[in-house]
Amino acid sequence: MRNYDKLIFELSKTNRKGYSLPKLDVETKAIKTLIPDDLLRKNENQLPEVSENDVMRHYVNISNKNYGVDTGFYPLGSCTMKYNPKINEDMAAKFNLLHPFQDEETVQGALKLMYELGKYLAEITGMGKFSLSPFAGAHGELTGLMIMKAYHEKNQDFKRTKIIVPDSAHGTNPASAVVAGFDVVEIKSNEDGTVNIESLKEALSDEIAGIMLTNPNTLGIFEKDIVEITELVHDSGGLLYYDGANLNAIMGEARPGDMGFDIIHLNLHKTFSTPHGGGGPGSGPVGVCEKLAKFLPKPEIKFADNKYSVNYDLPDSIGKIGNFYGNFGIMVRAYTYILSMGKEGLRHASQIAVLNANYLQNMLKDDYLLPIDNICKHEFVLSGLKDKTTGVTALDIAKALLDYGFHAPTIYFPLIVDQALMIEPTETESIEMLNEFVYYMKEIARIAKEDPEYLKNAPYNTPVRRLDEATAARNPILRYQVDNA
Amino acid sequence: MNHKYIPHTESDINEMLEKIKVSSIKELFKEIPEKVKLNRDYDLPSSLSEIEVEAKIAELTNMDQTDLTCFVGAGSYDHYIPSIIKHLTSRSEFYTAYTPYQPEVAQGTLQYIFEFQTMMTELTNMDVCNASMYDGATSCAESIVMAVNQTRRNKVLISSALNPYTIETIKTYAHFRGYEIIMLANDSGLLSTNDLASKLDKDVACVVLSNPNFYGLIENPSEYVEKIHENKSLLIMMVNPLSMALLKTPGEIGADIVCGEAQTLGIPLSFGGPYLGFICTTKKYMRKMPGRICGQTTDVDGKRAFVLTLQAREQHIRRDKANSNICSNQSLNALAATIYLATMGKQGVVEVCEQNLQKAHYAYENIISLPQFETVFEQPFFNEFVVKSTIDYQVIKEALLKEKMISGLHLGEFDESLKNHLLFCVTEKRTKAEIDKLVQVLGGLK
Repeated sequence: MRNYDKLIFELSKTNRKGYSLPKLDVETKAIKTLIPDDLLRKNENQLPEVSENDVMRHYVNISNKNYGVDTGFYPLGSCTMKYNPKINEDMAAKFNLLHPFQDEETVQGALKLMYELGKYLAEITGMGKFSLSPFAGAHGELTGLMIMKAYHEKNQDFKRTKIIVPDSAHGTNPASAVVAGFDVVEIKSNEDGTVNIESLKEALSDEIAGIMLTNPNTLGIFEKDIVEITELVHDSGGLLYYDGANLNAIMGEARPGDMGFDIIHLNLHKTFSTPHGGGGPGSGPVGVCEKLAKFLPKPEIKFADNKYSVNYDLPDSIGKIGNFYGNFGIMVRAYTYILSMGKEGLRHASQIAVLNANYLQNMLKDDYLLPIDNICKHEFVLSGLKDKTTGVTALDIAKALLDYGFHAPTIYFPLIVDQALMIEPTETESIEMLNEFVYYMKEIARIAKEDPEYLKNAPYNTPVRRLDEATAARNPILRYQVDNA
Repeated sequence: MNHKYIPHTESDINEMLEKIKVSSIKELFKEIPEKVKLNRDYDLPSSLSEIEVEAKIAELTNMDQTDLTCFVGAGSYDHYIPSIIKHLTSRSEFYTAYTPYQPEVAQGTLQYIFEFQTMMTELTNMDVCNASMYDGATSCAESIVMAVNQTRRNKVLISSALNPYTIETIKTYAHFRGYEIIMLANDSGLLSTNDLASKLDKDVACVVLSNPNFYGLIENPSEYVEKIHENKSLLIMMVNPLSMALLKTPGEIGADIVCGEAQTLGIPLSFGGPYLGFICTTKKYMRKMPGRICGQTTDVDGKRAFVLTLQAREQHIRRDKANSNICSNQSLNALAATIYLATMGKQGVVEVCEQNLQKAHYAYENIISLPQFETVFEQPFFNEFVVKSTIDYQVIKEALLKEKMISGLHLGEFDESLKNHLLFCVTEKRTKAEIDKLVQVLGGLK
């Protein structure tokens, strides 16, 4: 349907029906004899009344207004929008019928999968032990920081209330630190986003619980001083947290555990190819070095006497961080991906992701300002157009790309780069796709010189054009008013 | 190497290396210090073909039993899931999309979030809902953070009849934030109003209860909501959103924050996740709400459109000053719930609730008429109930498993005083024949 613009509520017609249920086959009693009237709902719900075909067409039509990885190139920095293999989806569905309270003997396969995935992730990252419970990257950060705090508390070291976070870090890092009950100490990074060793030394003290880093950092630069950094932090009694958002850069080449990190989280929805789902569900497993293993959240999946089991008897654990075992369906997808890739494939993925990023960086630097002109890892950051006289912003460039059939890069992040365009091509994009992207990026640079106004009003060909975000925030309309229909 | 997920041929790689004037892929990693370089292969299996992957997963699924009739709930419910849901959630345009930060190419996602928010506020009778949280337990923990921030008080009163795993999750969050958690006693399975009255003081940020509660019973917070508000504390209700089609809603009761587990709305059991948390609240507190929120606006041509809004609450803008650290949520499951609620519609949700209610009561009446079982609580319940058995739980569990049934949850695992107390769940999916068989097996136990 062209220009479809309905909300599901606007299709509703009294007594239309989209469901079927079997006839109630047990003896019934009047509801009010089972539940007293004052505990029952009084007003009628105003959910829509639509047919199954109405529902199908409605959501197919609104899906057409979306852009996904299966639609085209998604160069979002730090988000690792790689291809989501279809077999992953099929395998996950095979576990749909398992109830989390089923007897252990009837779920040995599911438990084995979790146990093996934990082992695989430990090998990939060089960590001692993993918990798969965290639901997303930020939840993994929170869990990891709780473990950090539990470790210091166990040592009776109650002074360590602060976490160091570089100014180039993901926004979730400082936010997670606060949720875990820490104060944040921000340190200035070098121009290339790497840790400034002098600022680090100044910030370290017996009040510092630890530091959160990502390596390669958000500018796609590998911390070449990583060994010195981990030694400095450890010598002062702190721990090192690794934000695994950028792991896709180094699989098979280097491992956070070997660098000296104590705690890490991974984003299965980034490096391990599980879909982003329009914002989730993801999965954020947390790995720790051996000495921190006892603090991991409950429960652990154990293997003993040829049997997999769920163990809650963990006296030093930080406790539970969710109702069951985490986003199990996402774990199945990541496990399937690791099987499909194998040890050679994972390494190859990182190598090609890095090759793609360096290729794009090189092809774009004539027209766009490349503040760090060096070998990058899986991503790089441009600082707007090279020609600063046009007035065309990172936002304009992003919106223009939408018109050409690409998703936009991450913009205005990291905060330390002016007009940042953060680009991560991932290994699943071909040279032809990258060349097409380069072609249109150059086209945008050309138009910026000739007709900057054109770009300021882009996009033109998307399902909707630029939105009035200010009014949305000032006068929030957060639901459809059914009564006014 | 050549892999089907990576399109680069040997000649592509060479062409690209030439372009960037680098002699080999190895050189792209040269700044990694020798000391931390991994100079060996991972100790992992080698790449498998699709046929081999399927076989490997089949080995695992063969170790699982998926043909069991489910009589357990306790946070994960075996409801009917309309077939249409998987056909829509498996559309690439939905599931391979990123968070809708570029609204011009994400109206599909934004619109279903807006519809989800509308439907959830319709079920709960609250003003606003967010775009989802991870699960029920974390949505409850985050609701408490919200109440503490709003009231600037540090004490949290929690009903003992909350799901024990949720209580544990709350305690984990609270420990690290330095909140004081105080448990409220039960009285005949419901929150004790006397205990509440004695503990409600000027430091109490909020009172947290669930409805239906962990024992399946229906609480009556209308009796004490005023006292909570007089004390300038907030009432947090953790609800099963499906049951809200039948039960007095948090909005009708006057709750301030509503959270819960929406797995009941068309989301598979999937061994405990991914599920769907959510938070609803009143207009008054919406700016303290964590998570993404979608709002309606217009584009430059005046067309109705949707966009993530009130983002000044969130981590990517506010960093350490944000309401929460949540970033990824459970969006695709919010889509599943939206499709579920659209499909079942105004009448369907009520009919489902009534079937749950009737079937659970039919099962309950028949079980307690058995000599081996007796009633525990006299209070009204929805689709879960507790019975006490004279038979040991292990015997019950094994007898039911032999007949391909999953027993109710043994509450003795959580509370020693509830040894051989079982929490059964009966949903609309259970047939009379299945229930009769359950009763028959239970009745034959010695």
